[in-house]
Amino acid sequence: MIELEGICKDYHTRQGHRRVLNGINLRVQRGEKIGVLGRNGAGKSTLIRMISGAELPTAGKILRDMSVSWPLAFGGAFQGSLTGMDNLRFICRVYGADAKAAEPFVQDFSELGYYLREPVKSYSAGMRARLAFAISMAIEFDCFLIDEIVAVGDSRFHAKCHHELFERRRDRSLIIVSHDPGYIREHCDHAAVLSQGNLHTFDHIDEAYAFYQESVS
Amino acid sequence: MMHHDTPLLRSLQIQMRVVGALLMREILTRYGRHNVGFLWIFFEPMMFTLGVLALWTATKATHGSSLPITSFAVTGYSSVLLWRNCANRCALAIEPNQALLFHRNVRVIDLFLARMLLEIAGATMSFIFLTVLFVTLGLMQPPQNITLVMGGWAHLTAFGCALGFIIGALSERSETADRIWHTIAYLLFPMSGAVFMVDWLPEKFQRIVLILPMVHGTEMLRGGYFGSMVKAHYDIGYMMTCDLLLMLIGLYLVREAGMRVEPQ
Repeated sequence: MIELEGICKDYHTRQGHRRVLNGINLRVQRGEKIGVLGRNGAGKSTLIRMISGAELPTAGKILRDMSVSWPLAFGGAFQGSLTGMDNLRFICRVYGADAKAAEPFVQDFSELGYYLREPVKSYSAGMRARLAFAISMAIEFDCFLIDEIVAVGDSRFHAKCHHELFERRRDRSLIIVSHDPGYIREHCDHAAVLSQGNLHTFDHIDEAYAFYQESVS
Repeated sequence: MMHHDTPLLRSLQIQMRVVGALLMREILTRYGRHNVGFLWIFFEPMMFTLGVLALWTATKATHGSSLPITSFAVTGYSSVLLWRNCANRCALAIEPNQALLFHRNVRVIDLFLARMLLEIAGATMSFIFLTVLFVTLGLMQPPQNITLVMGGWAHLTAFGCALGFIIGALSERSETADRIWHTIAYLLFPMSGAVFMVDWLPEKFQRIVLILPMVHGTEMLRGGYFGSMVKAHYDIGYMMTCDLLLMLIGLYLVREAGMRVEPQ
């Protein structure tokens, strides 16, 4: 389970303090799939960073008793001078996973072939995206955080990502943040709407969707 | 206030894993895997020390004292490299690594620790290697008191780490801190005890220069090397107080930086 209790986040800006999240409560059970809708700049990425633990809240408490991934849309922080394999080794070391055991999967999924052992700076954007996704699937988590799956790569790559994440790992929890209600409807059991620093939770996706439409217009 | 339920031992285990991963990454990005690769870790400080040794030998930098110039240069310049490189490598170290903070267990302190460990390992290997080499070649007498040498080195390491934390955290807050640090580091070099023995100075200056914690370390180190040939001025109580106090300030600043920095 993941539990957020009264999460607030302030940012220091040029014009003083600005509250981005204002007392967020959220509970995610094992296997539950939750979508968070919000317009651009609503604080979706901030929320997902709080849940992942990459950033600390100004106030409030986060309880995690399952393993939580890093935000998946994030490119992977690849060091250009390192090879794809070096980057895989680094991530595996950080998470205490076995890079040797993960290599065949990453090689197969990323289809980088010869390039897996070449510096990442020689990769195209599509190759980087494939490597990033392959590496994030190489470490097993109980809960995956998805920050608007970026539309890179061809449709075949998309289908492969879909298969790995939503089919092979359908027993895991998911937290997806997006401004696209269609995407959330397709993958989530519940939805919430983030608006003006507050999170509104709904039992049915349709209610969330209606609320979101109203707040957008 | 953050509250953590993870037991200390488990946290320590995770931190060691993360620092290890960052260390390997740092070695590869800094030195690559071509040619001598990671050997540069200690070739680099060694080249500096050898250069200074050549220069000081040519200019007879022991100021007419009877101290052997080789030992004097190796002990002096190695000490400077130890604390100065720790601080230099931590300055502005967060920004290029900011994206790594997306991984929850990678914290700001780990970025500093990995870089400093590399510097400390390099400076220590270079110091030991040069001592062994010159003793074997007969250019240097072996150190007379190893305990004092290790004590001085330990103090300089602790001082370097505390300084690294402070400079690293402050430079994240403002780049001005980094610029000021470079000026200070430049001015500190001639005063750090690397180019003189405290005993050579007039008593008035001795008191002033002994305010600097690294002077005590260099003195202790040389006391261990030269034994009764020199009168080393150091105060163990003062050294430990300085190290602990600076470490406390450093850790506080790093913690504060860690709460502010956002992954990018």
